[in-house]
Amino acid sequence: MEHGSFEDQSKATFSLTDEDHTLANAVRFTLNQDPRVTFCGYSIPHPSDARVNIRVQTTGDPAREVFNDSCQDLMLICEHVRGTFDQAVLKFKTGKGLSAMDIKK
Amino acid sequence: MGTATENESMDSEGTSTQEETFTKVSVWDLPDLPKGKLPPHIELQRTRVLCGSLAPTNTENVNYSGAYAAMGVDNSVRFEQFRDNFKVEIVRLEEDELEFDMIGIDPSLANAFRRILIAELPTMAIEKVLIANNTSIIQDEVLAHRLGLIPIKVDPRLFEYMSENDVPNEKNTIVFKLHVRCTKGSDRLRVLSSELKWLPNGSELILGTEHSASSSSAKPKTYTSFSCSQDTRPEFSDEPIAPKDADIIVAKLGPGQEIELEAHAVKGMGKTHAKWSPVATAWYRMLPEVLLLRDIEDDEAEALVKKCPLKVFDIEDIGKGKKRATVARPRACTLCRECIREEGWDKNVALRRVNDHFIFTIESTGALPPEVLFTEAVKILEEKCERVITELS
Ligand code: SF4
Repeated sequence: MEHGSFEDQSKATFSLTDEDHTLANAVRFTLNQDPRVTFCGYSIPHPSDARVNIRVQTTGDPAREVFNDSCQDLMLICEHVRGTFDQAVLKFKTGKGLSAMDIKK
Repeated sequence: MGTATENESMDSEGTSTQEETFTKVSVWDLPDLPKGKLPPHIELQRTRVLCGSLAPTNTENVNYSGAYAAMGVDNSVRFEQFRDNFKVEIVRLEEDELEFDMIGIDPSLANAFRRILIAELPTMAIEKVLIANNTSIIQDEVLAHRLGLIPIKVDPRLFEYMSENDVPNEKNTIVFKLHVRCTKGSDRLRVLSSELKWLPNGSELILGTEHSASSSSAKPKTYTSFSCSQDTRPEFSDEPIAPKDADIIVAKLGPGQEIELEAHAVKGMGKTHAKWSPVATAWYRMLPEVLLLRDIEDDEAEALVKKCPLKVFDIEDIGKGKKRATVARPRACTLCRECIREEGWDKNVALRRVNDHFIFTIESTGALPPEVLFTEAVKILEEKCERVITELS
């Protein structure tokens, strides 16, 4: 859910249900890395409410777009982390498999 | 004469390289860091947590893309840059344990993965226990709690969540039976987790209300309604479902005591109850960096080696009977700060942490291997982003 004004689209608060620090802090990081962002932050209004508010203020672009791009960035990062990790595991396993074979000989 | 000058120049070169290596190790030119245009002391603040004798400083990360704009340095991390710098190195991979280095990532992401591993990856755990008979000294509720905490070796991805109105069926419930009796006159008996026997056809307990009418229907109604046996599924036919460890003590029975029960395991997440957490623990620490700010020699070196409980320092011979302290195993450092506790030693040793290098450890409880857990965790973060994106559009 987005809370903003129609006149000024460059500032908005996004209220996400069923999310917590896990997503909010990660998105805040990617938002902060975006040069279009002048301010971003998040808060959890009440600990027993599964809800987090993310505030985005930009230099002019619609906050919604910038927020969307940041989520996209985060997804790209995740995909890359997963790919790199899988490769590293594969490399480790094949390396280990070879050395185990050596021992058997 | 020519040779003499050559010797001289070689000598002076020798000393100067020595100095160079010293400054190299001790201060700014760390090889695996990208060379920014920031002045060295600010670069240090940006990339390290400093551990003084009183408290760590510089614990905050500078994320804002324009933080160094005044110095003409762009602090934004573009994806390409991240992609080029990010590295993963597996250190140790065992059946249930994984240690790896994640280099070039922000703590907010490393922490997101950790949080997901602990609280948001589903597993199967015993949720309902139907107790037919329990004459042991362990109360029903304590027994049920103990059963819930037993890790079950089964891939949770093969099951569905059971919501409130669902009937337990073969897609969302695993049923175990436990029936142990300690005969009179025998020794006390340990009830181990291996006594939990999987019932692929579902519950065998007949619903109380159906009891009288059961004569009319062909199959009496039980607490579950399985439409087919679970062991017909190819995933389970060659590997029956069982607790991960066969030797967990569930209860102890005295002579004449008996436990008879049925346990129903369902899918859940660690944020509901820790029994559903797929990891015993998942944690990370930042790579410690231990530097000697000046040459520590002879007795001082000996003293330094003795100070450290984790044997981070070592002594090297530099000839002429002289000894010098070296940092041999900085990775082992726990930042206990024992080496800088004594007055003045913080001028000799610098303790730091590299704030984008994480030593990540995952201990799986056994449902899934740790490397699979991590990839699943990353996938979940991706799904979260996807959800937000679809909600926005
Ligand atoms: S902080 Fe502790 S573990 Fe680290 S080098 Fe000093 S004495 Fe050793």
